Amino acid sequence: MPYSDLIEKLLEGNTRAAARLITLVENDIEAAEEIVNVIYKNTGKAYILGVTGAPGSGKSTFISNLTKFFVKQGKKIGIICVDPSSPLTGGALLGDRIRMKENFSLDNVFIRSMANRGQLGGLARATEDSIKILDAYGCDVVIVETVGVGQSEVDIFKSAHTVVVLLVPGLGDDIQAIKAGIMEITDIFVVNKMDLSGADKKVAEITQMLELDMNYKYKSNNTDENYAKIANWTPKIAKVNSKTSENFEEVIELIEEHKKFLEESGIIANYQVNRIKSEILQILKHKITKKVEGLISSNSDIDEYIRLVMDKSLDPYSMANLIIKLLGIE
Amino acid sequence: MVEQRKIKVLVCKPGLDGHDRGAKVLARALRDAGMEVIYTGLHQTPADIVSTIIQEDPDAVMLSMLSGAHNALCPVIMEKLKENGIDDVLVGVGGIIPDEDKTFLEKNGLKGFYGPGTELKTIVEFVKNNLKR
Amino acid sequence: MTEIDESKTLKPTKSERREKFTNLSDIEMKPLYTPEDIKEFNYAKDLGEPGKYPFTRGAYPNMYRGRLWTMRQFAGFGSADQTNKRYKFLLEHGTTGLSVAFSLHTIYGYEADDDKALGEVGKEGVSIDTLKDMETLFSGIDLSKISTSMTINAPASILLAMYIVTAEKQGHSPEKLRGTIQNDILKEYIAQKSWIFPPEPSMRLIVDTIEYCAKNVPQWYTISISGYHIREAGSTAVQELAFTLADGFAYVEAAMERGLDVDDFAPRLSFFFNSHNNFFEEVCKYRAARRIWAKRLKNKYGAKKTESMRLRFHTQTAGVSLSAQEPENNIARVTIQGLAAVLGGTQSLHTNSFDEALCLPTEKAVKIALRTQQIIAHESGVADTVDPLAGSYYVEWLTNKMEEEAEAYFEKIKELGGVIPAIKANFFQKEIANASYKFQREIESKDRIFVGVNDYQLREPCATPLLKIDENVAKVQIENLQLLRNERNNEKVHEILNKLEEAARSTENLMPFIVDAVREYASIGEIMATLKEVFGTYVEDSIF
Repeated sequence: MPYSDLIEKLLEGNTRAAARLITLVENDIEAAEEIVNVIYKNTGKAYILGVTGAPGSGKSTFISNLTKFFVKQGKKIGIICVDPSSPLTGGALLGDRIRMKENFSLDNVFIRSMANRGQLGGLARATEDSIKILDAYGCDVVIVETVGVGQSEVDIFKSAHTVVVLLVPGLGDDIQAIKAGIMEITDIFVVNKMDLSGADKKVAEITQMLELDMNYKYKSNNTDENYAKIANWTPKIAKVNSKTSENFEEVIELIEEHKKFLEESGIIANYQVNRIKSEILQILKHKITKKVEGLISSNSDIDEYIRLVMDKSLDPYSMANLIIKLLGIE
Repeated sequence: MVEQRKIKVLVCKPGLDGHDRGAKVLARALRDAGMEVIYTGLHQTPADIVSTIIQEDPDAVMLSMLSGAHNALCPVIMEKLKENGIDDVLVGVGGIIPDEDKTFLEKNGLKGFYGPGTELKTIVEFVKNNLKR
Repeated sequence: MTEIDESKTLKPTKSERREKFTNLSDIEMKPLYTPEDIKEFNYAKDLGEPGKYPFTRGAYPNMYRGRLWTMRQFAGFGSADQTNKRYKFLLEHGTTGLSVAFSLHTIYGYEADDDKALGEVGKEGVSIDTLKDMETLFSGIDLSKISTSMTINAPASILLAMYIVTAEKQGHSPEKLRGTIQNDILKEYIAQKSWIFPPEPSMRLIVDTIEYCAKNVPQWYTISISGYHIREAGSTAVQELAFTLADGFAYVEAAMERGLDVDDFAPRLSFFFNSHNNFFEEVCKYRAARRIWAKRLKNKYGAKKTESMRLRFHTQTAGVSLSAQEPENNIARVTIQGLAAVLGGTQSLHTNSFDEALCLPTEKAVKIALRTQQIIAHESGVADTVDPLAGSYYVEWLTNKMEEEAEAYFEKIKELGGVIPAIKANFFQKEIANASYKFQREIESKDRIFVGVNDYQLREPCATPLLKIDENVAKVQIENLQLLRNERNNEKVHEILNKLEEAARSTENLMPFIVDAVREYASIGEIMATLKEVFGTYVEDSIF
């Protein structure tokens, strides 16, 4: 097994090994498979925090401050910062790191920058696998930061225990701008830059929105009636000033509260199940798509079907059903 | 869906030099060439840079130095990389590096030495053609 | 009177060298400018007499006929002792003012033996840690007889305090002292990046120096509001003009908010501009600057004194325009840029040495740079009449155009809530990043020619002898620093730093405390560390 050396070092807490493994899972799904296969049993310890917000909401400074508090508690922290890739060139400029490291030394904090590579869906898998690596590496908390306005970000946050969304006074449409998908899975809303006028107004806006009948994360996808009774976490709201660290204790408390809620309500178990289902679905989607793509470009039966569809003797849906038969899935 | 291999580059400003126009223009050009670029910001000590290299695992590191501190800082960086067993990263240095210092820096494992008047595409090609992995 | 044959002159000839001719601010130039282009020109309103509102033609009535501009060559490297020798060399060769370049560790407030100072001591400027270094720097130079400009920003108050105490030890009272501290923190956030504290406490320190000098050092220029660095970072000429003046207005407003009367401090504000390649663009930039400043100080801020409305400035030729290839070409570049500054009415001028794209200047190179100024002054004739380019259709049109475009920027900045909010919103930084990237692309596509670099290249190896800073400088500086720490009265230093910290937490003027600290040989690093405790440090967003 080619990665056993790296994995051994990873489990000993070697930082470079962790970084090398993350590079591998980012770029090579076959490597990812082999690596996760070995390290999976060493995961499950890390608490995963998802942080997002519109550009300009101050995510990096917020996370930097939050990390400072966690480090004071003696925790080992991993941070994954996701930034968009240019749709034109495929390249990316990843600058989040700069604002992050002002508040702590890199001895206790592992920061990794990641480009979203065009939202092809691979992002969620790569991030998920990177989280596992940081988990096995020994991180107590893994923070995932994204720009948060896309589907793949929603997917990432499905694997987070607590989701924090940052809003800012004066950024008029930020509540609407953050798509419905994210709002529904948010556990804590944080109004950053609380020193600006309009902070209380923003808190009021969010409160109002929450009072409307919204599908909260824990109400929505469960039919068990006992569950529905227990599931009672209304998203909380806090105000902070990331530049002065004002009020961060409150946010840490809320995260602790949420963690407790998940554990005591037993939701964390259900939640785990949903998480696993979602992750498997991701992987399957990827693998099956690859297989089908491979098939479509090289199978002579399929070339025949295509001719028939062009001829109008076969319609696309029927052709798809024929392919399913070919794949052996009914 | 194909997983693409992206070249990951770290653009750094070691020392107290605040002239970042070149580093930023270069970062942008590398991005436009399809690379994933991490910019470290100003005032990085050699320890900062090496910690960042360990965590981000880039394919190439480009040091931008215009203050004259290159002879002091570059060897320290290379030494620390060696201590950490990192030998597969391309380390390039540019900015204001007088000819007479190139030999010394080359001996320490650095490459590139692109200064004022260099075309961005030259540096982009340099990165593409000199990767160690 | 000969009729102008319109068909022959006003239409572009069929084959022009380029499709479009633009200057460095992307303003398009016509083939010919005529009276039509300045139809509403009114001499009294638009130009006026030199030395009188709106000062378009010059800051003073007879300009260089009365007194030539100050030839002030920026210098500083290695140890205080080495720089002292370079100053004496320059004074012997006719320089009329001193200008100090500081080492990076001094600029950022780190002592020579700090981790962060590794490799930087004595490079890029003279290494100063304590009053002792300052005394060495000016040893044998009578501070009451010269004017000194110190290029220092975040720790400017400390260096000024050291200068005052050095003069005091020479037996001169502060009223006699003439000079400038750059002390322009706003452009640091925008371009030069040598900030330390966040904007608000930085502004407080600046107003403290303005207030202190108004009372105690009345001949001193407390800010050199700078566009040079903004331009070097990649801005266009119009942006340089607009952003610099906007910063100036911000300082005026900050001082007025403190309760100071505009006429009490505005006469001691000065400016520092770049002189770049496009000759006429630069000349018009300076003229537009004077007119804009005069109008605003009078109409918006209610200035009554002529001295408050008068914009005076120092110019440095553009470092960024120098080539490392065929460095002798830079002598020609600097001559043109120096000429533009003179025709634009600068009060003092630094001309770059031809080898500066490669290193700090050698003695030979700096002498040529100085001679360039002397040749312009005494042999070219341009200094013998005031504002000779006035009245040119092109020059007056372009001066108006630049003023117009600057006003458009002022509007944008106002919409963002002012300079500090605009800095926080990364407005300036984005404009500069885009302009510099565009410029680089133009060079690479040969849309802009850089002679000897992207065209007319010879590919000869560089044979210019370079100035090398001895690594020993750092060693000696550190040894001296450690010796000093043992020699001084550390109890007193500790006491005064505590008082400084307390004062920083209040709203007291910090200058007297800084002067006291400096007198006891507290180092810049120690004073800055004390202030950092109270003010915190600033972290920038990265804007590409």
